[in-house]
Amino acid sequence: MTITVTHYLLISALLLGFGLYCVLTRRSAVAVLMGIELILNAANVNLVAFSRFTVGDIDGQLFALFGILLAAAEAAVALAIVLAVYRSISSVDVDDTSSMKG
Amino acid sequence: MASYPYLFLIPLLPLLSAAFYGVFGLKVHRRFGEKAVHWPAVLLPWGSFLVSAIGLVTLASLHGEHAALHQSVWSWIHIGALQVDLAFLMDPLSAVMAVVVSLVGSLIHVYSIGYMKGDRSYWRYFSYLNLFMFSMLVLVLADNFLFMFVGWEGVGLCSYLLIAFWYTDREKAAAGMKAFVVNRVGDYGFTVGLLVLFWGLLGVVGATSLNFHEVQQLVNAPGMADRLVQVGLPTAVCLLFFLGATGKSAQIPLYVWLPDAMAGPTPVSALIHAATMVTAGVYMVARVHFLFALSPTAMTVVAVVGALTALFAATIGLFQHDIKKVLAYSTVSQLGFMFMAVGVGAWWVGIFHLVTHAFFKACLFLGSGSVILGCHHEQDMRRLGGLGKLMPWTAASYLLSCFAIAGFPLFSGFFSKDEILWQTFDSATLLVPGTLLWGIGAVAALCTSFYMFRSYYLTFSGTYRGGAAQQQGTGEEAGHKMAAAKASGPDASPLGHPGQGHGHTLPRESPKNMTIVLAVLAFFAVVAGFVGLPHLWHLPNLFEHWLAPVFEAASQGLANAGYGAGVEWTLMAISVVIALAGFFLARWLYRDERNPIPRRLLEQGSPFIRGLHRVVYNKYYVDEAYQVAFVDRATGLASMLAWFDDHVVDGLVNLAGAIGRFFGRIQGAIDLYFVDGLVNLLARTFLVVGKQFRTIQTGRVQSYVYGVMAGSGLLIVILLLVV
Repeated sequence: MTITVTHYLLISALLLGFGLYCVLTRRSAVAVLMGIELILNAANVNLVAFSRFTVGDIDGQLFALFGILLAAAEAAVALAIVLAVYRSISSVDVDDTSSMKG
Repeated sequence: MASYPYLFLIPLLPLLSAAFYGVFGLKVHRRFGEKAVHWPAVLLPWGSFLVSAIGLVTLASLHGEHAALHQSVWSWIHIGALQVDLAFLMDPLSAVMAVVVSLVGSLIHVYSIGYMKGDRSYWRYFSYLNLFMFSMLVLVLADNFLFMFVGWEGVGLCSYLLIAFWYTDREKAAAGMKAFVVNRVGDYGFTVGLLVLFWGLLGVVGATSLNFHEVQQLVNAPGMADRLVQVGLPTAVCLLFFLGATGKSAQIPLYVWLPDAMAGPTPVSALIHAATMVTAGVYMVARVHFLFALSPTAMTVVAVVGALTALFAATIGLFQHDIKKVLAYSTVSQLGFMFMAVGVGAWWVGIFHLVTHAFFKACLFLGSGSVILGCHHEQDMRRLGGLGKLMPWTAASYLLSCFAIAGFPLFSGFFSKDEILWQTFDSATLLVPGTLLWGIGAVAALCTSFYMFRSYYLTFSGTYRGGAAQQQGTGEEAGHKMAAAKASGPDASPLGHPGQGHGHTLPRESPKNMTIVLAVLAFFAVVAGFVGLPHLWHLPNLFEHWLAPVFEAASQGLANAGYGAGVEWTLMAISVVIALAGFFLARWLYRDERNPIPRRLLEQGSPFIRGLHRVVYNKYYVDEAYQVAFVDRATGLASMLAWFDDHVVDGLVNLAGAIGRFFGRIQGAIDLYFVDGLVNLLARTFLVVGKQFRTIQTGRVQSYVYGVMAGSGLLIVILLLVV
């Protein structure tokens, strides 16, 4: 059995599903962030797979690198925000951060 | 007519000062004191006198029939036939008037410095007085009826302002209003007379004018006089003019304001209500003499009214206690004499008496002012007395003027009054016999002599009866007057002389600037008559000669009874006897208050005598009669009109208002329910829709993600379906 792009896409879809599930179900902000990481990585897998199997150049793989970089930066900023939220309201539950609700 | 470019200065100089003090007077008075007010205000009228005197001299050097100085300042009204210029005319008549007015006026300005000292409205007083000088000089120097009317109204205004000068006193303010309203009745006659003259001339002659000389020329054109008389124009115009004159010059029936006008400061009474303004009517009749000469009816009315006024006012004067009231009625009476003169066509005599009267009556009034100032504003002669020793200057000038007004030989009043009586006696122009008028005049002259010396002896002989210690209350209204004088307070009266308390010190002579004026006026009161010596004495009559160019033409048409010199001598002797009789009677009854007869007569006399005294003392109840006949009618009419206004006019107005309100309500409802409803509906729609949309905004991140997912899913489905 040769590995084709379909397998990658399946993996990627699974990752996306897990990520979404995590984002939608978990109450902790940290867990939600982790779900977002999964979704980002699902996209990265897609980029690399299409780059390898269909286009033939490395633009997609470069783009994935940028995505990883962005994910790291996003995680740093988001975690800093979570930390600040925790200091402010002693909780990281996303339902509690509702003081700006109109 | 010679042109003379300085005439306008005569009225202008006082006007400058009046305007300046009217605007800046209060500041000048507060900042620089009284001196800064009265120096310019007194000097400028003297400037007017100077210019008038120069004009008089210039005029004297001119010869010919129409010797007159003329200056046209500018064109005022030029509409069709109505051509009126602001122009001044100085003919012999107005020259005499201008000189007398400016001389007496300037003297009284000087006198006022002393009399008004310490008054808080010092500046206002001088502003008004200057304004009066302006108006009076415009009146006498105007060269047409309309411009004269400006001065005529101006002096009326100033008279009102100055009578009500101490306007915080209700009685004085009311006196001012009375003068104004009564004068208005006369002014109505004057105005209507002007219109009738203007249109009547246009209708009968075909040309018209308001200029004195042009009217005279139109009337004197060949054949015109008869046509005018045929339609009765001179009679109508003259009677209307004379109505104006009765108002301004206080003749029956409009004399009632003048006695009340004594509420003003005494120098004002002297200047306006004795010497100058009240003679405006006489001047006016003399000015339009050429019209009067055409109407024996009008002349008769003038002479009869004058004679009756002379007698009527003189009898009222007999029993008055207020020294100023005596002088006021005396003024009314003397004005009656003047009208008698101009009524019988002896116009120059009327003006002659006007001039001598200006001097002696001004002197008498200023003398009474000096007494009033010295006696702490006491005017009741029952509480004066004995002032001869205390105020020698005042007493002497007052006595000399009494001699003049009573007509003692060689005093000025003798020449003028005797001439009036003689001319009246000799006149055959009137519809009534001149001898009858002469009789009335002679009785009035007797009364004049009596009441003038009565006032002199009551005031200046005997012992001083004033002062706080002697208020035994000689009469009910006297006490009332005293109380009123006290109640009027410091700001309502010109209580000068700091350090002079009420009632405790003896009266003392007035300051020098007042006594000098008295002396000058007394001098003129004595000698002014020598310009008009009687023909009988075969000496030149300067005054008649001076005025001859003005009056000569018209007086040729008048008829004389032609009595001889013997009759004239007899009448002159009778005049002297009358004057002496009045003098000795008053002296016998009132000198040093030794004679008990006057008091005994009043206390124990027959009811008839007491009744007569009461009627005369109360001025024949004319004021009361006018109150019932006119004032009550007028107020009745006014309240009727007020009712009409309240109910009918206001009703209509209210109805209109109600209709407006009704439509307003409807519009309001439309606005409220329809227009606002639409606006509210729109707003409410947004509100409801917004409420629905608000539920989407939960604030839960995860529910948004569900939204994102649902959207993406929807997009994928659409993509699949489309592609």
